[in-house]
Amino acid sequence: MAAAGAESQTVQEYIVHHLSYLTFGRHPDGHWGFAHSPEEASEMGFMAIHVDTMGWSIALGAAFLLWFRRVGLRASASNPGAIQNFVESIFEFVDNRVSEGFTHKNSLIGPMALTIFVWVLLMNAMDLVPVDWITGIAAWVGEHVFGFDHMPFKIVPTTDPNITMGMSLSIFVLIIWYSIKHKGLGGFLGELAFHPFGKWMVPFNLMIEIPTMLAKPISLGLRLFGNLYAGELLFLLIAGLLGLWQLPAHFVWAVFHILVVPLQAFVFMMLTIVYLNAAHEPAH
Amino acid sequence: MDINLTIIGQSIAFAVFCWFCHRYVWPLFANVLEERKRTIAEGLEAAARAEQKLESAARQSAEQLDEAKASAAGIIEQANRRSAQIIDEARQQAQMEAERIMLAAQAEIEQEANRAKEELRAQVSLIAVAGAEKILGRAVDQAANEDMLRQLAAEL
Repeated sequence: MAAAGAESQTVQEYIVHHLSYLTFGRHPDGHWGFAHSPEEASEMGFMAIHVDTMGWSIALGAAFLLWFRRVGLRASASNPGAIQNFVESIFEFVDNRVSEGFTHKNSLIGPMALTIFVWVLLMNAMDLVPVDWITGIAAWVGEHVFGFDHMPFKIVPTTDPNITMGMSLSIFVLIIWYSIKHKGLGGFLGELAFHPFGKWMVPFNLMIEIPTMLAKPISLGLRLFGNLYAGELLFLLIAGLLGLWQLPAHFVWAVFHILVVPLQAFVFMMLTIVYLNAAHEPAH
Repeated sequence: MDINLTIIGQSIAFAVFCWFCHRYVWPLFANVLEERKRTIAEGLEAAARAEQKLESAARQSAEQLDEAKASAAGIIEQANRRSAQIIDEARQQAQMEAERIMLAAQAEIEQEANRAKEELRAQVSLIAVAGAEKILGRAVDQAANEDMLRQLAAEL
């Protein structure tokens, strides 16, 4: 798998290529277009979008929801088929986790937990597609159809911190929203200012509580990103360095990764439920 | 880490997907599971009801069987009693009949005997006179001995 790349690239170039994004954004001179090198991509700064990870993310999310909807529309209570059973078992698994972890009333939590679990699971699972299959095809198409040399094409959305942080920051916004809604603005600020040491230690309390609060979304997003990025990087190192020995090595690492993929999706979902449950607790 | 517009794009996608799931996916499965739960609960309830009904039917049939047995036994007993009674009656009747026949026969015998006695009595005086005449060798005046002869006949 690495052979095709290794002919014309060093291992370092190979790995950099695989870790780059297909970036569309505003060039420093003001016109919009694709970045043709990692340098160009970083020059674009914030006004750029990762077409590959964003596209895979949306495609996987849409595929999951449309498929579930299709199964749901044909679902029968008395005579479920195999596919319906499968989808229902996922639904019930998530529903049980929500009813255990979330003790308040909010009809949004269940659907959100289901979306997170299945969507993140699918995005993580892209990690198990051998690293050069789709990326290699895309690079070939880029080179021969669009004249785009070394076109990067990342297929695992959760190895992009934008993707994981995009979700965790959305959840952070919800945490603040529901905290203020259920504790009141005073209750919310009071929890930040008057815990854990009472009103005479307000600056110290804020120094503890604000980082604690900010740590939630950051750790949530970075945990997922870090796990998947590390996994992907190891696949790339195996592909780039081991020659033929990569086949058993890939197998071993992929088996291990089969555990990581659902575990990280589960952790992301559970933490979301727990954080939002805490946000619904009345102020104390 | 190059943070860029992708983070906003992903936030929007997340919001849209959550909304879609909340609106178009979750309720479908929640309804199906709810419906199934209800169906199962109804089924169990119906089964419990049927079991109860079966139990009461079994009890009822046992009761009816007992009743039928009791009434059959009653009927048999009655029949036995009745047959004994009929036999008794028949026996009594037969006895009565036999007694009656015996009485009638005795009466007839007595009558016959009486008649024979009467006849004998009617003829005894003649025999006595004839005997006496033979003994005395002469005629006996029957009229003179009328009282004595009558007394003799009555003693017979």
